[in-house]
Amino acid sequence: MLIDWFTVAAQVLNFLILVWLMKRFLYQPVLDAIDAREQRIARELADAAAKQAAAGQERDAFVQRNADFDHQRAALLEQATHEVASERRRLLDAAQAAADALLASREQKLRSEAASLNQAIRQQTRQEVFAITRKTLAELASASLEAGATTEFIRRLHRLEPAQKSRLDEALASATEPVLVRSAFELPTAQRAAIQQAVREVFASERPLQFDTSDKLVGGIELSVNGQRVAWSIDAYLGSLEDDVSALLHENKSAPATGIPAA
Amino acid sequence: MHLSPDQIIFWQYGWLRLNATIVFTWALMLVLVIGAHLVTRRLSTELRRSRWQNMLEIIVVTIRQQIVEMGLPQPERYVGFLGTLFLFIALANLCTLIPGYEPPTGSLSTTAALALCVFVAVPLFGIRDQGLSAYLKSYTEPTVIMLPFNIISELSRTLALAVRLFGNMMSGVMIIGILLTITPFVFPVLMTVLGLLTGMVQAYIFSILAAVYIAAAMRTRDSPAASPASNSP
Repeated sequence: MLIDWFTVAAQVLNFLILVWLMKRFLYQPVLDAIDAREQRIARELADAAAKQAAAGQERDAFVQRNADFDHQRAALLEQATHEVASERRRLLDAAQAAADALLASREQKLRSEAASLNQAIRQQTRQEVFAITRKTLAELASASLEAGATTEFIRRLHRLEPAQKSRLDEALASATEPVLVRSAFELPTAQRAAIQQAVREVFASERPLQFDTSDKLVGGIELSVNGQRVAWSIDAYLGSLEDDVSALLHENKSAPATGIPAA
Repeated sequence: MHLSPDQIIFWQYGWLRLNATIVFTWALMLVLVIGAHLVTRRLSTELRRSRWQNMLEIIVVTIRQQIVEMGLPQPERYVGFLGTLFLFIALANLCTLIPGYEPPTGSLSTTAALALCVFVAVPLFGIRDQGLSAYLKSYTEPTVIMLPFNIISELSRTLALAVRLFGNMMSGVMIIGILLTITPFVFPVLMTVLGLLTGMVQAYIFSILAAVYIAAAMRTRDSPAASPASNSP
């Protein structure tokens, strides 16, 4: 008999034991290891995908930040350009204003210097003219210059125009203060009396005169009462001379005026 | 010359006999279990692993893939039974290279035991999967008339499993033994090589047929009109 049933039973038992042992020592551990490895690989792939996604997000954020920086830089550059342009314009305006102010100041200074020079020339001229005139009059006249001035003043009183004479009459009538007679020099008593006499004759007034001297009157006599005035003085002639000199200076100044700023 | 290793008895006490079939089976079991344990006690879950672990993983994964290809969608349930069938038969056949070795598969007792295991396992898996009544009802498909034929089919395919493996292995050993006495030395070597190929093919056929039978028992529920599995490949 080829079949030994005891052996068959033993082999069935052996095979079942072998199945259990192989499951215990081979299949289960190997399958577990394979599953663990697959899970590990899946986890690593998921991590890699997550990291790739994060890297992508960071790259997008970086690109966005770069774009923002570029925009900000362009905006700042444009703003700086505008500010520089406006600052340049402001500085140019300020420099222009400063230059204008300096030019005006220099013109003003020049005008002031010209006025001072004019005043000095006029003063000097008056003094020279007065000195020359006085010397000439002193040398040529038989009487003194003061006597001549007094005579001329009295003559002018007598030749007053009616309107001026009436205004002086009213002033003398309403005056409360004494009538002031100023002269560039101290008048002698005789000349004072002559003036007093002339006033009495012309205005029929007995009001006493108060004599005084003034340096501003360049050789002459002035009578003033209550705002009204009658005078003869070399100063009047010198005034016209001054006007002429001033006009001449003005012409001299306006002629080279264009050359001043460039000086 | 022995027709079966059952006839080589090492020890006997009454009806208790320790013959070559059982002894060599134990030796194979020891080799399989100790070898598996030596490799799997230091299993690596990393990407780098030992070549022995690689070999075992290739074997297990290939078995699992074959089971899936046979139409069993949950191979983890069957890999223990079918994989052990394949590994035991393959190792038993491979060891014919060793002088003095008597393959347990050359014993009709062993092949009958394995076929009985398949004969019992198929309905067990079927009942576990679809219940007792549904499984028993599958024997009456497509009509009740087919009931005896289905039962005969179950028995005959079990007998075919046992005899096919036994015949191939026993004939291989016998042919080599006969050739050794009548032919030069080279020719038995070639026959031994051919015997190795035959042994591997028989291990594959035995386990694949078992998988096909189990798959047929599973498939009955999904498609009641499906015909029962064939008796032979």
